[in-house]
Amino acid sequence: MAKVPYTVPTLDVLPTVPSIKPGAMSELKSYVAVAAHQEPLGFPGELVANWEQAAVAKMGELLGKYKSLRVYLDMCVKCGACTDKCHYFLGSGDPKNMPVARQDLMRDIYRYYFTPTGKVMGALVGAKPWTRERLDDWYNYFHQCSQCRRCSLFCPYGIDTAEISMAAREIMDSIGLGQKYCNEIIGKVHKIGNNLGLPEPALVNTLEGLEEDVLDATGHAVKFPLDVEGADVLFVTPSADFFAEPHVDGLIGYAKVFHQMGLSWTMSSYASEAGNFGMFIGNYEQMRKIAMRIREAAIQLKVKRIVFGECGHAWRVAYAFLNSLAGPFDFLDPRYPVPQHIMELTRGAILSGAIKLDSSANADKVVTVHDSCNIARATRMGPEPGSQFEYPRFVLQAACPKFVDMHPDATRERTFCCGGGGGLLTDELIDIRIKGAKPRVEALRDVVEQHGVTHMASMCAICKSQFTKVLPYYGYDMGMVQSVHQLVSNAILLGGNS
Amino acid sequence: MTGLSVFYAALLYVSAAVLVAGLAFKIRQYWTTPAPLKIAVTPAPTTQVGAYVRVAREAALFESLFYSNRWLWIFAMAFHAGLALVLVRHLRYFINPVPDLLALIQPLGVYGGMAMVGGLLVLLLRRFVIDRVRYITRPSDILMLLLLIGIGVSGFGMKFLNHTDVVAVKAFIMGLYVFDIRELPAEPPLLAHLFMVALLMIVFPFSKLLHAPGVFFSPTRNQADDPREKRHLAAWAAKLEG
Repeated sequence: MAKVPYTVPTLDVLPTVPSIKPGAMSELKSYVAVAAHQEPLGFPGELVANWEQAAVAKMGELLGKYKSLRVYLDMCVKCGACTDKCHYFLGSGDPKNMPVARQDLMRDIYRYYFTPTGKVMGALVGAKPWTRERLDDWYNYFHQCSQCRRCSLFCPYGIDTAEISMAAREIMDSIGLGQKYCNEIIGKVHKIGNNLGLPEPALVNTLEGLEEDVLDATGHAVKFPLDVEGADVLFVTPSADFFAEPHVDGLIGYAKVFHQMGLSWTMSSYASEAGNFGMFIGNYEQMRKIAMRIREAAIQLKVKRIVFGECGHAWRVAYAFLNSLAGPFDFLDPRYPVPQHIMELTRGAILSGAIKLDSSANADKVVTVHDSCNIARATRMGPEPGSQFEYPRFVLQAACPKFVDMHPDATRERTFCCGGGGGLLTDELIDIRIKGAKPRVEALRDVVEQHGVTHMASMCAICKSQFTKVLPYYGYDMGMVQSVHQLVSNAILLGGNS
Repeated sequence: MTGLSVFYAALLYVSAAVLVAGLAFKIRQYWTTPAPLKIAVTPAPTTQVGAYVRVAREAALFESLFYSNRWLWIFAMAFHAGLALVLVRHLRYFINPVPDLLALIQPLGVYGGMAMVGGLLVLLLRRFVIDRVRYITRPSDILMLLLLIGIGVSGFGMKFLNHTDVVAVKAFIMGLYVFDIRELPAEPPLLAHLFMVALLMIVFPFSKLLHAPGVFFSPTRNQADDPREKRHLAAWAAKLEG
């Protein structure tokens, strides 16, 4: 692959807002999907001839289907409260990475084609007709949004740029201008069953290998069951957990928790992926199709519960959307929420004494936690609002003797995206991924210097992949990044009480 | 009856009609457009009542803005709260007889006007001074602030410089209720004031002023965080289940 140019920003002390640098990221473009990626998803293989009209027609359709889009395109007052909230703006200074300016890329077109004001006095409100240049701006900047919704948290009206970037990607897909990274991956889910294209025999092989490894390391026959009919729990986890580092250590952790709890569980080769990139491209039908695999696997394997592994956007789709997309789940055991997060199980097991952790196993570490954007701002893990923050912290504090939180402006609901979410975790976007990680790395550096933090736990496959890749650019070791259940895996006491 | 009075009566009828019809159209549109997925920004209330309280706090206290940008919150609050007091003060021109309570809080309106214009001036200034805000500012954003400042300043003109015959103004307005066009005092500040208010009413449903009704329809704020407990399904999405 050609070497992609990048620059690494100098870290600042929080909170620093850069001066605007117009055009700083205007040339950064992720690879465009070709027909082989587009057509299996039902999208045109290349940019259609009458794309201007087609895009306007699609926008009109979405305006009728999504209240968010309808209201958010009208109501922004350009107050600027969001302008210093996006990690991509903070890292790059490109003003089109300010949430409001990113939205305006669509709002200008909306005003021109859909509002009386835009039609009568377009210049006053900035209404603009389609040009090829504007379409290119859409493509580049709507793929520099990780849909993390930090802007929406701080907007006085809750305007959600993610909703707008999802709609923009949906419109672009519908006129034949899709993104290779997302659409190729969605194709793999449909064809092979998971984002990474890991076929069933390889999966079987991997899981058998893990069983041997754990047996060798611990002397306990911890199982990694696949396609076991009649198991109680269907466990769905991002496919990166099957081999990437530190993801796979997290998978070992889940397996040890299930083993020690004595729960009968299984993974599915048919639904061997928790991720759902249908969300990133804003396409309800794709998102639904991908989600239905999990329903079908649950029915096929006759399970009673569904549990998800560590993955941010997957947990958003699972927690917030699965019931809409693939429900109702009345065939499952009504005593458990559908679906559950592995953190809920682990926390519950620690509280009930079903598993015991010896935190001295992690005594060599000072641990902090990166709240994943989708988990933080779109979900819960338990009955209480905020459990998405408390449960991981409870588990981490049980597994690690030394735990330190990062700055309040960079944690919990104010957390910064890792810089690689929302369909940006692709090599050609490395420049914006490095820059987008800047606010997180600044907060991390702060606790490293103040409290001697050595490791950062993460509960998302994308965050883990992104950080292991970009932390070295800032002078930190990729080994700092840990799965939450990797730390659990180190500390859990096997045998005895099962 | 002068041509001027007829012109202003017509202007106010038209602008009020545009405001009401335009807002009714937009509110109906917002109301009826489905929200197919649960997208509340969390942590969020888990009950619908809780979500309504969250929206009420946003509308009344600008809660998110408070945590987002304290300075902006102060001046936005000065403007909006000031405007609210001014509107209350103006009720006496629309209600007969004037209730005692209204008469009592009447003097506050003047301070409200000062807060409003002061807040607006700062909001205008920051559009030129802060580079990020300058970048996102469109001509309409400036014009909207100038229009509101113009309304405030012309109002002060009547209060402090060119005292208007408010009794005659009230008679004119009460006349409008019964389609009886009475004489409007031909005072320049009053005419400017009313003209700009009419313009604001006309522009309202076509502009970013739609944030006023819109804030109540924002799914990230008005939805309860209960997707695991209750199945949420839009009509168009249900059709996909075939």
